[in-house]
Amino acid sequence: MATAAEQWVLVEMVQALYEAPAYHLILEGILILWIIRLLFSKTYKLQERSDLTVKEKEELIEEWQPEPLVPPVSGDHPALNYNVVSGPPSHSIVVNGKKCVNFASFNFLGLLDDPRVKAAALVSLRKYGVGTCGPRGFYGTFDVHLDLEDRLAKFMQTEEAIIYSYGFATIASAIPAYSKRGDIVFVDRAACFAIQKGLQASRSDIQLFKHNDMADLERLLKEQEIEDQKNPRKARVTRRFIVVEGLYMNTGTICPLPELVKLKYRYKARIFLEESLSFGVLGEHGRGVTEHFGISIDDIDLISANMENSLASIGGFCCGRSFVIDHQRLSGQGYCFSASLPPLLAAAAIEALNIMEENPGIFSVLREKCKRIHKALQGISGLKVVGESFSPAFHLQLQESTGSREEDVKLLQEIVNHCMDRSIALTQARYLEREEECLPPPSIRVVVTVEQTDEELERAARTIKEVAQAVLL
Amino acid sequence: MRPGPGGCCYRRPVGANGCVANGEVRNGYVRSTAAAAAAAAAAAGQVHHVTQNGGLYKKPFNEAFEETPMLVAVLTYVGYGVLTLFGYLRDFLRHWRIEKCHHATERKEQQDFVSLYQDFENFYTRNLYMRIRDNWNRPICSVPGARVDIMERQSHDYNWSFKYTGNIIKGVINMGSYNYLGFARNTGSCQEAAAKVLEEYGVGVCSTRQEIGNLDKHEELEKLVASFLGVEAAMAYGMGFATNSMNIPALVGKGCLILSDELNHASLVLGARLSGATIRIFKHNNMQSLEKLLKDAIVYGQPRTRRPWKKILILVEGIYSMEGSIVRLPEVIALKKKYKAYLYLDEAHSIGALGPTGRGVVDYFGLDPEDVDVMMGTFTKSFGASGGYIGGKKELIDYLRTHSHSAVYATSLSPPVVEQIVTSMKCIMGQDGTTLGKECIQQLAENTRYFRRRLKEMGFIIYGNEDSPVVPLMLYMPAKIGAFGREMLKRNIGVVVVGFPATPIIESRARFCLSAAHTKEILDTALKEIDEVGDLLQLKYSRHRLVPLLDRPFDETTYEETED
Repeated sequence: MATAAEQWVLVEMVQALYEAPAYHLILEGILILWIIRLLFSKTYKLQERSDLTVKEKEELIEEWQPEPLVPPVSGDHPALNYNVVSGPPSHSIVVNGKKCVNFASFNFLGLLDDPRVKAAALVSLRKYGVGTCGPRGFYGTFDVHLDLEDRLAKFMQTEEAIIYSYGFATIASAIPAYSKRGDIVFVDRAACFAIQKGLQASRSDIQLFKHNDMADLERLLKEQEIEDQKNPRKARVTRRFIVVEGLYMNTGTICPLPELVKLKYRYKARIFLEESLSFGVLGEHGRGVTEHFGISIDDIDLISANMENSLASIGGFCCGRSFVIDHQRLSGQGYCFSASLPPLLAAAAIEALNIMEENPGIFSVLREKCKRIHKALQGISGLKVVGESFSPAFHLQLQESTGSREEDVKLLQEIVNHCMDRSIALTQARYLEREEECLPPPSIRVVVTVEQTDEELERAARTIKEVAQAVLL
Repeated sequence: MRPGPGGCCYRRPVGANGCVANGEVRNGYVRSTAAAAAAAAAAAGQVHHVTQNGGLYKKPFNEAFEETPMLVAVLTYVGYGVLTLFGYLRDFLRHWRIEKCHHATERKEQQDFVSLYQDFENFYTRNLYMRIRDNWNRPICSVPGARVDIMERQSHDYNWSFKYTGNIIKGVINMGSYNYLGFARNTGSCQEAAAKVLEEYGVGVCSTRQEIGNLDKHEELEKLVASFLGVEAAMAYGMGFATNSMNIPALVGKGCLILSDELNHASLVLGARLSGATIRIFKHNNMQSLEKLLKDAIVYGQPRTRRPWKKILILVEGIYSMEGSIVRLPEVIALKKKYKAYLYLDEAHSIGALGPTGRGVVDYFGLDPEDVDVMMGTFTKSFGASGGYIGGKKELIDYLRTHSHSAVYATSLSPPVVEQIVTSMKCIMGQDGTTLGKECIQQLAENTRYFRRRLKEMGFIIYGNEDSPVVPLMLYMPAKIGAFGREMLKRNIGVVVVGFPATPIIESRARFCLSAAHTKEILDTALKEIDEVGDLLQLKYSRHRLVPLLDRPFDETTYEETED
C-alpha cells in the first residue's frame, strides 16, 4: 500500500518536472548549485579576512597599550580610610579610639554580645572547630545546619528553609535560580544592591517601577498583559516575578504587601520578598512584613533574609514552600558552590532564635524605641527623617542638596564626625555610586537597637540636632 | 595517540597540544621539563620532541589525563541511554498516575501561574540524580578532620526523602573535605585563640567594612595575608565564592576582555558575567589556545568596531578542583608579560596546599608573586575557616577597598573566624615558634605523592598533576557513581563522587582530597578498600601498567611505564 502510494508521488513528481516551465528548472538548478557551493565553501571568520602580515601583527601587539588594571584612587577618597573599631562592635563601641554609643550597626536585638549566644557558639566551636572545609554537597552539611534550617522554617511557619553562608549571596543566588533569560521581573526602584546583582545574574527582562508605587507597578503589569495577549505562545512560558523588600535598606520604608498580594493573583506573578531588615523586627513575633500585615506567608513565594542583622550572626536564608525552596539546593549558586556556614555561626543563629522565641516582647520594645527617636528627630532644620517610624534603620537626608553629591557627602560626614566626637557612633549609608541602578541621595543611617536606653536615645537625638544646626546653618 | 570516540574526549587536545609546547607525550602522559627531557635524552640517547618552554619550569611537571578507553566510552553512553529511556518511561507512568509522584507540587491557588520550572529542566534531577542522591549532602556531626562521624540516614521512598535513624557512623575516613593542612580541628592553639576572640567579640559584626564593620582584627588579618603572600597589600572578604563574583566586576567592564579557562569555577564564571566584559574561553590549561586568543584579541581588537581592547584579564585557578591539574603558571606569566595582559589567579585550592612553604602555586613554581596581578584565594580550605582574600599591589587593594561590592554592601568576616585564619596562617609561616606548619606541608606533599602513586599502580585512571592533593579517580559509568560512593561508605570511607553537570557527561569520577591529617595507616586502609572496590566494580581501566617499585622513597618523581 505504502509503496504504491510513494510510487505515485514519484511518478507525479517526474511528470511535474516535464510540465514545469524552463525558467523554473533553471532557477532551481541555480539554487541547488548555490546550496552546494555554500556547503563546500570555507566557513569564514570575520577576523581572518584581514590580510595582515606576520610583521604587521607583531607591530600591533608591540604597540598595544592596555589601560592600567585599576585607575588610581586619590588618597582622600572618603571610603579609603575606614573607621577602625577596636573590640566588639556592640552597644558600646570604640571607633577610631573613641568610645561611643553604637547607632550604626544593625544589631537590632542586641544579640551580638549576648552571653547565651556566645556560649552556644563556644560549645559548637569546641565540638566542630571553625571551618567546614567543604560545600554542603561534599561533607559540608553538619547537623547544626539541618537544625538551623528546621528552626528557621518553624519560626517563619513555612515548609522549608535553606541557609547560605553569606547574607549578600542569599537573594543574589536565589533570584537567578528561578528567573532565567526571557522571564520578566518587576522590581522596585529602591531595591538593594544584592537584588540588583541577582537580577543581573539572571539575565531576565527587568522592569523597574517607582518606589512603593502600586499604580506604576500595575501599569507595567497591564502593559505586559497586553503584550501577552498578542503573543500567547510566548506568554505561556514567560515567568513573572515581583521582587520587593520588606523594609527597604535604601529608604527605610515598608512595602505595601497587601496590595502586592492582590496584584500577584490578578496578574499571576510570583512575589520574592527580601526581609533582611524586617526579619526579627516587624510583627508580633518578629516574623517580618507578612506578620506585620497579617498576610498568610503562603501567599509569598519566597522570603529571603540575612542572619547578619537581628540574629547578629553571619549568613542568610530563604524560606517558603518546599516546591520552591528545594530547587535552590541544586540551582542556588551561592549554596552549591560555596563552603557551608561555619557551624559556630549556625549555632549562634539557633540560640538567637531561641532568645527571640522566648522573649516576644522584645519586638515591641524595639518598636517603642524606634518611635521615640523618630519623633525626637523631627524638625531639625536642614535634615529630614526618611523611613517608617517603626523601622529600626532609617535615614537622615539633607533637606536641600547643595547641588553636588560630593559636597552633600562632605557635609553629612562632618555631622557624623562631630557626633562621633560627642560619643554617638553613626555612619553614612555607603553606595557604589556608579553601579547603583537608582542611586539614593546621600544620607546618615541611624540604627536603633533594644540596648539603647531612653536616655541614650534622647541624647543621640539632641546631639544630632545640635551638631546639624552647627554644621548646616 | 589513538583518537578517542567523538565528543567524549574533548579534553584530550590538552595533552596533545601540551606535548608540542612543553614536552613529550607518551600515551597521554606529559613530561615537561628541560631537566627531565635532558635526563631522558642522556639515558635513551634520543629526544623525540624538543621542549620549547621547558626552561620555564624548575622541576618536573607531570600531568596526565589518560584517554577514555573506547569500550568504556561506548558503555557509558549506553548507560545514559538506558537511564534516559527509563526516565521517559517513568515520567509517562507518573503522568498517568500509575507511579506515585513523590516530588513537591505547586499549590492549588497557583496552578494557573506560568510553571516555575521547565519540565525538562528537572528531568535529570528526577530520573538520574534521585537514584543516587544518598551520595551527596551526607550530614556529619563532628570535626571534618581525618576521620569524621556521619549521621546514618535511610530512605523508604527511593531517595525522595530521608529519615535519620539516630545512629552515627563513627570514625569514617574522610577523603572528601578540603582540609589540606589539617587545620580543621576542635582542639589546639588555633581553636583556643578563636574561642578567646569569640568570648570577647561575639560572632557577628552587623555592618559592612565601609560603614562601621571594620574591626582591628580585620586590619591585622589583612596585614598578615599580605606578608604571607609576599604582596604589598591584601583585603579579606566574608565568602570565597563572593570574592570572585563581587570583585571581578570591579576590575573589568565593558570594552575589556576576559580570557577564562574552560574549567574555571562557577564563581569566576559568574564574576566574569556580572562584569559586562567580553568573555572568551581557552582550552583547559592549554597555552597555545591562550596565546592564540591573546594574539587575536590584540591584533583584531573588539568585534565590529575594531577598537583596541581596554585591557585583557586572564582568569586561571591554581589547582582545578575537579581535574586535579595545576595551572601552567610559568607559561601563563610569560604570555601575560608578552601580551601585556593582566593575570587573576584563583588559589582557592592551592593556597597552603602547594609549594615548599605553603604559599600556593606561585611558591610551587618558585615564581615572583609580583608577576601575578591579582592573587585571590580562600580561607575555607587549608586554613580551616571561611572567607576569601585578594592580594596585590597597593593601588589595586586601595581601589578594591573603595569599589568592591563586598566592602560596601556585605557584612564583614566574623571575628572568631578571623582569629582562626590568623593563627593557622602564623602556624604555616612558622611565626608561632613551632615547625608544625612546615611539617604539615611536608606531610601533605608526601601523602599526595604516595596516594597518587599507589592508585596508579593499582591500575586506576587518575587525572591531574602528581603534586596535586586533589585526586580524581575516573568512574565513567553512571551506575558506578552511586555504587562506588555506597561501597566506600560501607567500608567506612567517605568519598566524594561527581558526575554531570559538574563534569563532562562521560567523565564521572570520584574525588579524593588528601590532608596532612591523614596518617600513613589511614591512607593504607583507604587504599586497600579502594583496591577492593575497584576490583568489585571493575574500575581499573588504565592501560598503562606501572611497575611498582616499592623500594623507592615517596618523593620519587619518575615512573617506568610499560605498554601492555
